[in-house]
Amino acid sequence: MPSYVMSTSTSTSDPNGSTVAVSAVGLRKSYGDKVVLDGIDLRIPTGSVFALLGPNGAGKTTVVKILSTLVSADDGQALVGGHDLAADPQGVRAAIGVTGQFSAVDGLITGEENMLLMADLHHLSRRDGRGIAGELLERFDLTEAANKPASTYSGGMKRRLDIAMTLVGSARIIFLDEPTTGLDPRARHTMWQIIRDLVSDGVTVFLTTQYLDEADELADRIAVLNDGRIVAEGTAEELKRLIPGGHVRLGFTDPDTYRSAASTLGEASHDDEALTLQLPSDGSQRELRSILDWLDAAGVEADELTVHTPDLDDVFFALTGGTDQTKESAR
Amino acid sequence: MSTLSLAVRDSSTMLRRNLLHARRYPSMTLNLLLTPVMLLLLFVYIFGDTMSAGLGDGGGGRSEYLAYLVPGILTLTIGGTTIGTAVSVSMDMTEGIIARFRTLAIHRGSVLIGHVIGSVLQCVASVVLVGAVAVAIGFRSTNATALEWILALGLLSLVSLSLTWIAVGMGLSSPNPEAASNNAMPLMILPLLSSAFVPVDAMPGWFRPIAEYQPFTPAIETLRGLLLGTGIGNNGWLAVAWCLGLTVLGYAWSKSLFDRDPK
Repeated sequence: MPSYVMSTSTSTSDPNGSTVAVSAVGLRKSYGDKVVLDGIDLRIPTGSVFALLGPNGAGKTTVVKILSTLVSADDGQALVGGHDLAADPQGVRAAIGVTGQFSAVDGLITGEENMLLMADLHHLSRRDGRGIAGELLERFDLTEAANKPASTYSGGMKRRLDIAMTLVGSARIIFLDEPTTGLDPRARHTMWQIIRDLVSDGVTVFLTTQYLDEADELADRIAVLNDGRIVAEGTAEELKRLIPGGHVRLGFTDPDTYRSAASTLGEASHDDEALTLQLPSDGSQRELRSILDWLDAAGVEADELTVHTPDLDDVFFALTGGTDQTKESAR
Repeated sequence: MSTLSLAVRDSSTMLRRNLLHARRYPSMTLNLLLTPVMLLLLFVYIFGDTMSAGLGDGGGGRSEYLAYLVPGILTLTIGGTTIGTAVSVSMDMTEGIIARFRTLAIHRGSVLIGHVIGSVLQCVASVVLVGAVAVAIGFRSTNATALEWILALGLLSLVSLSLTWIAVGMGLSSPNPEAASNNAMPLMILPLLSSAFVPVDAMPGWFRPIAEYQPFTPAIETLRGLLLGTGIGNNGWLAVAWCLGLTVLGYAWSKSLFDRDPK
């Protein structure tokens, strides 16, 4: 039975002087024959937002489960809040707050009772517990529903209660596993604001998501997880630089027009199935005008013209092996 | 905070949670009470005269059979209540809240301890309620002293504790609440196959060992001895040994199941 260790430090210094909230080296996990994580390395500076991005089944949830002491890794080491995952799981637990992918509220009792339960489990005094419960219920707009059973809450309310419960302990490192999955757009933006507020209080946030715009919007650093490996890591800008730049796409409906255009524009990459041609472009007005002039001069008339600038979608599909699902944005 | 005070504090928090559930949703507890009460009324008022004829001394009628029956019905009440425990543990484990508890810096066993203490309290309350029905329809103890009443209640609590730990293990090992309910059925069936309704001597020879070498019979015989002044013999020690054995077994089983990595 591990003894309760009151954590005083929630971060460790690295040689560069900046502090690290979470670091991991070589995390591996298999379930039976299936390798879920195949050597994961992470380094998350204190006070930053880290997004783990990946398709379904990439292993995102398993990373969160391991780092939050829910399951043990087969191999590898990790420090969370300065505590070794394997040697001092209670120390890790005292430093973190976790909101899993599936609702972790007690549906049989009211929202307020859920909050007070968390306060008791964080060993707060009755008065402090009532105080923080009331405060968080208010902040998450749940005061009115506080005395209703949590099972009657809507998806967004349950998610808010879930996060509110996670914040009772004033943890300095918060794990959020797909915090906006299943939320409507309004609830999603509320959740983003909640995450931004946490970060402005200096909390380190580790979030997983399958939404690229979410990672782009919130995260300081993004790691792309695919098939149990991190295939790229960096800021959103750095990741976007990893793939070829933008292009102008010309679409044709008539195969003959397409063929003559393709022979005229010899250097354009072409897709004979879709009858489209792609010309490299940075999307600026000047370059667009010169392309249009050139097309006019060459006598090429496309039925459709779209300008494409690279976004995280491209990075994502390029890195995770998705094909031809790039998002077009007409300008 | 020391490990012990942490354990006490977190377990009592978990106990409060379980009692809140039981208070807010009493229907399951009350439903489980129906079976023993129905069996009590059925066997006393419908079968009572016939059943009493099978008792050793030639039959003193319905009231004598009532006295014979009550200790068995009380232990059967415990068996039934702990089926509810298996179901609620299993239900709990399918909820995300348990995963949350596992990531908190709380005493690890408190989740199960909360369930166990809550269940034992519910068992005792159920026993008192069913006992009250028995008294209302005419059950009286025979010269039982205060000490014997206390020992009887102590034995019922010990039976509750041991069956609860087994039920918790059944709840943890079941994939869903329905399976938990099925897997825990022996806790209700075994008393039917004990000396609860008819003396073991009156059973066919091949069946006697089944009735004799199972946990409920010694517990029921001991209760009879305490409340009705019949001979207890070895049954007292046997009952206590069964209870302690099942408690240790159920505890070790439940703990190893709970300590496994969740899926």
